[in-house]
Amino acid sequence: MTAASATPTATAWRIDAVGDRCLLVGLGTEVDPATSARVHALAQRLRERPIEGVRDIVPAFTTLALHYRPERFGLTPFATLRELLLERLAEPLEALADSGRLIEVPVCYGSAAQPDFGPDLDEVAARCGLAPAEVIERHLASAHRVYMLGFAPGFPFIGGLDPALAMPRRANPRTRIPPGSVAIAREQTCIYPLETPGGWNLIGRTPLRLFDPGAEPPCRLAPGDAIRFVAIDADTYRGLLAEQAGHAA
Amino acid sequence: MTAVVRIEVLKPGAQTQLQDLGRYGHQGLGVPVGGAMDEWSHRVANLLAGNRDEDAATLELVLTGPSLRFGAATRIAIYGADMAPRLNGRPLKPDRAVEVPAGALLEFGACVAGQRAYLAVRGGFAAAPLMGSRSTYLRGGFGGFQGRALRKGDVLEAAGQAPAPTATGPRTHPLLPSSLARQPAGEPAWLRVMPGEHWSLFGAEAQQRLGHEAYRISPKSDRMGFRLEGAPLQRLQPGELISEAMSFGTIQVPPDGQPIVLMAERHGTGGYPKIAHVISVDLPRLAQLAPQQALRFELVSLEAAQTLYLQREQALATLRDALP
Repeated sequence: MTAASATPTATAWRIDAVGDRCLLVGLGTEVDPATSARVHALAQRLRERPIEGVRDIVPAFTTLALHYRPERFGLTPFATLRELLLERLAEPLEALADSGRLIEVPVCYGSAAQPDFGPDLDEVAARCGLAPAEVIERHLASAHRVYMLGFAPGFPFIGGLDPALAMPRRANPRTRIPPGSVAIAREQTCIYPLETPGGWNLIGRTPLRLFDPGAEPPCRLAPGDAIRFVAIDADTYRGLLAEQAGHAA
Repeated sequence: MTAVVRIEVLKPGAQTQLQDLGRYGHQGLGVPVGGAMDEWSHRVANLLAGNRDEDAATLELVLTGPSLRFGAATRIAIYGADMAPRLNGRPLKPDRAVEVPAGALLEFGACVAGQRAYLAVRGGFAAAPLMGSRSTYLRGGFGGFQGRALRKGDVLEAAGQAPAPTATGPRTHPLLPSSLARQPAGEPAWLRVMPGEHWSLFGAEAQQRLGHEAYRISPKSDRMGFRLEGAPLQRLQPGELISEAMSFGTIQVPPDGQPIVLMAERHGTGGYPKIAHVISVDLPRLAQLAPQQALRFELVSLEAAQTLYLQREQALATLRDALP
């Protein structure tokens, strides 16, 4: 007998505790657009119909977590919150395919002439068996979509990378990656909004400021956004950077 | 009557920064919660200082406290680590409200017990909330006092309520659990943990080890996480997990098998397996332990962890009702 036939009302989700103040709903096991859409549809529903006592909603690739105040949920907080959540899950999650937004992100890609912009581009090309220009071309053409923000403020995990460019993270992570660095690993692209350590392969740099704690909203990108990377040269990069600095001042 | 209380920093101390109960609501943007490492001491200090708002900003002092000059009279309270505080040269008795006259000098001596003390001032330290919190986020360089730890010459302000009349005088606190360890020096501290989502990915040997072996806090620990050293915890099968939510107290296990307890300034998401979670009521005690301190874990259920949590909230509610 399979597990599915033993539980005719088998649900499409799992619910776990992440310690005694956080509950996690799993909505799939694979990183793909359909799972991502369900995660963000549930996040949207919980923002529209909030549960009193929940203080943070954290969507990730296949899961959504709720940080809560146990004292607001009676004597058995986890069980009580679980029941409230099941009510929100009772109606089907319409697969909202995306946020409806298309964001253009200018990138100055690396080259032999300007290695500062993407110091790993040549190595990435060699490992993929492609010319550096082909790597850029495929990166520009990929169907990018923001799956989640995490790791650092405003740090986007962007899925949809051309599988020909998929590769592991670097064996030796760098201790300092400059802000704006555009990097790839596995079938994803990320952009470092702040200077942090990191192990992804750096192929370019964007002048866009992705995170500003004083702005509303503080992050330029949101899960569900479609991303189109646009190649720019170093002069344009510097010009856009100066323009943003002017706005910030 | 209101008057802004200005507090001048004569000496900054080791790593003195404004903290509240954290920046919730933005973990989905990758913004860490942060906030006080010892939430219990932060909350009690606020209540003793006369702040009904437990989220009011306090100063988190680590190992070496600051020297502060108070420009006007107010009420303060210090809770958590014992750093031998003195007001105008006279030792302060611990864990109670203290009336501070205008011009008073508050200093700290050697850290006698614990690691982190919380200094609350009546009305709370003033700072513009950023993304809903007054917590300092050092790595991000924002929040709290100019996004950084205090420096000599900084001037803090408190919201400026005059001290409440103290007909009863400064009072000793009611019976409340302290977050300072009570076991004899040199013995491992014990902390209760509940099993994590990935408990079953670890074999019986690793599960036994977590419940029986002593671990030591590495000097490489910080507000983000406490790295532990001891018997390695190995998974039955290696493999990558998909990044998902982590919490305050989550014990994650990287491939080298040396566990890391995630603390106040953790990332909201991560990809290492979660073998267990230190329960919330024991996190303040963990936050007060020094590097090289040995500790042991004892396994409890989620239900037990939440019952203990609710009992502690009840104790705090009792204190809240007892205060003027």
